[in-house]
Amino acid sequence: MNFVYYPGCSARGSSKDYELSTQAVCKALDINLVDIPDWNCCGSTPAHAVDTELSAALCVRNLDIAAQQEAELVLTPCPSCLSNLKLASKRMEDPAFRVRVDELLDGPSAKTFPPVTSVMQGIAENFDMEAIAARVRKSLKGLRLAAYYGCLMSRPAEIMNFGDPENPTLMESMLAACGAEMVDFPLKTACCGASFGIPERPMTARNSGRILDLATQLGVDAVIVACPLCQMNLDLRQPQASKEMGTSFNLPVLYFTQMMGIAFGLDHKDLGLGKLRVSADGLIRKLDELRRESAAGSKAAEGGRS
Amino acid sequence: MNDAINLSRMRDAAFTAEVEALSGQNVSTCYQCGNCTAGCPAGLAYDLQVNKIMRAVQLGLRDEVLNSRSIWMCLSCSTCSLRCPNNIDVAGIMETLRHMARKEGRVTVPKVEKFWFSFLDTVRAFGRTYEIGTMALFMMRSMRVFTDVDLAPEALKKGKLGLKPHVLPKGAAPVSRIFERYKERAKREGVRP
Amino acid sequence: MRIGVFVCHCGSNIAGTVDCAKVAELARAYPDVVYADDPMYTCAEPGQAAIEAAIHEHKLDGVVVASCSPRMHEPTFRRTVERAGLNRYMLEMANIREHVSWIGRDMNANTNKAAELVLLAVEKLRNNRPLLAKSFDVNKRVLVIGGGVAGIQAALDCADGGVPVVLVERDATIGGKMAKLDKTFPTVDCSACILGPKMVDVAQHSNITLHAYSEVEDISGYVGNFTVKIRKRATYVDWSLCTGCGACTEKCPSKKTPDAFNELVSDTTAITIAFPQAIPKKAVINAAHCRQFVKGKCGVCAKICPTGAIKYDMEDEIITVEVGSIIAATGYDLMDWTVYQEYGGGAYPDVITSLQYERLLNASGPTSGHIVRPSDGKEPKNIVFVQCVGSRDKSIGRPYCSGFCCMYTAKQAILTKDHIPDSQSYVFYMDIRAAGKLYDEFTRRTVEEYGTEYIRGRVSQIYPDGQGQLVVMGVDTLMGQAIEIKADLVVLAVGIEASKGAPQLAEKLRISYDSYGFFMESHVKLKPVETNTAGVYLAGVCQGTKDIPASVAQGSAAAAKVLALFSKDKLESDPQIAQVDMRRCVNCGKCIQCCPFGAIKEVEVRGEGKAQVIETVCQGCGLCTATCPQGAIQLSHATDNQILAEVNALCQC
Repeated sequence: MNFVYYPGCSARGSSKDYELSTQAVCKALDINLVDIPDWNCCGSTPAHAVDTELSAALCVRNLDIAAQQEAELVLTPCPSCLSNLKLASKRMEDPAFRVRVDELLDGPSAKTFPPVTSVMQGIAENFDMEAIAARVRKSLKGLRLAAYYGCLMSRPAEIMNFGDPENPTLMESMLAACGAEMVDFPLKTACCGASFGIPERPMTARNSGRILDLATQLGVDAVIVACPLCQMNLDLRQPQASKEMGTSFNLPVLYFTQMMGIAFGLDHKDLGLGKLRVSADGLIRKLDELRRESAAGSKAAEGGRS
Repeated sequence: MNDAINLSRMRDAAFTAEVEALSGQNVSTCYQCGNCTAGCPAGLAYDLQVNKIMRAVQLGLRDEVLNSRSIWMCLSCSTCSLRCPNNIDVAGIMETLRHMARKEGRVTVPKVEKFWFSFLDTVRAFGRTYEIGTMALFMMRSMRVFTDVDLAPEALKKGKLGLKPHVLPKGAAPVSRIFERYKERAKREGVRP
Repeated sequence: MRIGVFVCHCGSNIAGTVDCAKVAELARAYPDVVYADDPMYTCAEPGQAAIEAAIHEHKLDGVVVASCSPRMHEPTFRRTVERAGLNRYMLEMANIREHVSWIGRDMNANTNKAAELVLLAVEKLRNNRPLLAKSFDVNKRVLVIGGGVAGIQAALDCADGGVPVVLVERDATIGGKMAKLDKTFPTVDCSACILGPKMVDVAQHSNITLHAYSEVEDISGYVGNFTVKIRKRATYVDWSLCTGCGACTEKCPSKKTPDAFNELVSDTTAITIAFPQAIPKKAVINAAHCRQFVKGKCGVCAKICPTGAIKYDMEDEIITVEVGSIIAATGYDLMDWTVYQEYGGGAYPDVITSLQYERLLNASGPTSGHIVRPSDGKEPKNIVFVQCVGSRDKSIGRPYCSGFCCMYTAKQAILTKDHIPDSQSYVFYMDIRAAGKLYDEFTRRTVEEYGTEYIRGRVSQIYPDGQGQLVVMGVDTLMGQAIEIKADLVVLAVGIEASKGAPQLAEKLRISYDSYGFFMESHVKLKPVETNTAGVYLAGVCQGTKDIPASVAQGSAAAAKVLALFSKDKLESDPQIAQVDMRRCVNCGKCIQCCPFGAIKEVEVRGEGKAQVIETVCQGCGLCTATCPQGAIQLSHATDNQILAEVNALCQC
């Protein structure tokens, strides 16, 4: 099946591994992601922090192109892009706002825009948990994982439509279908510190540190994320967080598509695992060991019966 | 009393009304429970905690609010709006205050605005974000040349920092035009862009 | 007719914007009006005396009073004209206060409108007929629904007043929520100690018949003559044989039954006696968790019982009682706080409700009064109390204050210190509501003498730290900073709502209720224990949040209403009811279908079917009058002709 795709700027830059693993997993599910031609940056936080109409204009250019392409649905992997696109679409329903935004564009934009949703929801809407489980070649059974959604994915609830804003569970369902034990993670929607890593490092280091700290206390093997900025803050900036919290974290932080890709038995190169700062090698080794043990276990059982 | 907030002199009811009109929120429904502050992840960088910002808006204290650091350090995570028992979109009010302060030229935390402008300048130039470009511009403008230098080697090693900008296939002109029109309109309307 | 018109000044309330003398002058020219005056205060004693005098002097046979709303003084003026020898329905009122003087300042316009309204009243009066009330017997027995402290008080007061009482209680024991409490504020009296004697009085009072483990199934009838069906649920124990010895509860092997009396903070056996001072002190089997019922194999209790009281084949029994009045005292339940996902949504065992904590504090509770953490049974040292969980919260549709949580939280903090001297309690609050007698002093004691830390602010999130404690993220708005506390135990003061099933009971009683299930009183200030349904009264929290003193007071108040009602041997029916003109009735049956009270029936008159009104059931709503295509059924005192007379008068103004 084909989906119109809005990759977002990080996908081709600092979160290339998210893009790689998203493409790989979608390919494995026979989902073809077709880029919105000539897509531009949605403006992320800086645009809406500066001006709402500017932010909307940047987003509407993309939605307009998608509308011209007669897209029925647009998928995007980044919660910030998702939030901006959805909010812009909603605000354009106000005629006065629409006039102001269209003034910034080359021409008046389409009357209606296609709905936008996350890649995760796009997959879940077309593959129920049994279908996902059926694709698993290497069960994650025995791995304890914490699903971390970040603050944007599920809020505001009426715009993002991502389940309970306090307790979304879609990632847990999908990874549980791959066999993992999903630990209850109370800070699953707490903010990681967003884009303040550059202008105010302690803000990000402290917030990310708190998340990593709880995950460590809960004894998880990895933290699984769905947002490029969260991943950067928890992984690339993990040493900064360690320093701020006066400890030394060693927790791999993987995108859910990378984790699913591993479960689907996809080539690790295609999942961008090499781009993780905190290496996932230990995690992979543990997983392989668990699979060897359970294979040996069942063999022994067979042996015993004969 | 020396330290008293002289409400007779300082209360600006028009400010409260302006915030309410722009944000679409009724600040009188805030009964100062503080739940917003209790859940705010950015409080560590605030001078006025968010419940105090709300209180100051209620009291019409324009300068206190628009000159605060807090509105610049807000993460826009919406935890406050989510937990408010009176359904107030507190995050929306913070965004409104940010806009109002910026447009009045009250930039209490210049480095944050510089970061935003650095980011947006690369979007204007290329149509898509150019991460190294953002960093370079930010470091120059804020004179913070050591920002994240500890990260650069790692990021480069892992191929996470594209050295070349990603430009729109057919050129960034359509996006640049959006920014030009925005600036021109701001100038026409006498608003700080 | 000879009609007298009285246009009241009501001080300056009416006279301020209406020229009353002018209105009286205009009224003198109206048809059949022989006398008109404009007194200062018509409802006052001199005013009423003047009406009576005018009736005699001018031989009036009908009176119009132009003054306030009939809802204020119609009964007053009806009594006035009756004293002067007229039928009370030969009085009409024109509302020139709420409908005229209070809504505009234009003297001219107001005077005109007042004069028009008086004309309407005169024309209506000209078409009035004297009506006579019928009287009917009143059954001097009262049904009290709910055996909490309010119901207990109401039952005792009625019984002491010589009225037989039928008390129906849904649980296996009376005592309600008060029986679950350890101690009560502000005296820190032991709850069971002060309630127990009242409960025993109920059991032993010759005038009270108690049906526990029973529910009201159906109610029909009207004030003075209600017929009530009560379902006595099967307890599977013959209570006439059961002595409450408790041997069955000791030997029952099914130990995983959720313990409702202990607010689900523990498990219990399938056969239980609620608590040691239970009234009735009889055993009940919870069939859903009993092995004998679920698996067909056990029977231990039947073997153990020394009196052979166990009866597995028992069935529900429906009994019928006839009563003249009903008091609803059905109390409250805690709302479902698990909507607060940020507090764990019920998944964290060490985050409990105030009622659950109360059971832990109680010496007859599941831990014999030892405060322990449900997760590991260890004694907590840092206990955090969170107020307003589910109260004053518009975001979940609960804007109201639950009224007594500030007080019981202070009490629980004091008791915690008594139980665990080296503990530290924290209370997160928004405001402290301590308005009762000795209440504020009590809340200050918990801070000043018991070292409780009161922190002004809400709690944003509670979550486990992975090391056995809970992280409480709150705020101190007075310090202006977020606050973080590691707690061993968190107690939530959960907001209340009406008891489960309250709306359904209200439908049976034909009384109104609000969106939270609380029953509606007649007037929130002046008639707090009456409803708009004659003969049905309210007592306790079912009417709205209140503490124990207020519940007890309302119990007595409701009893006083019942005793007043029963002080007469006969009650008068309201003659403003529907009547059928059989000559016009074509038996289409539309009135029977539309009557919401089932007050019209079909009868045979000279071989033809005709509609007939059951006078004692008709509530005078007028739906039938509007529905009847023949105009055969008419609402007395609001007939088509009477209303049309008003309309005609208005159209000609």
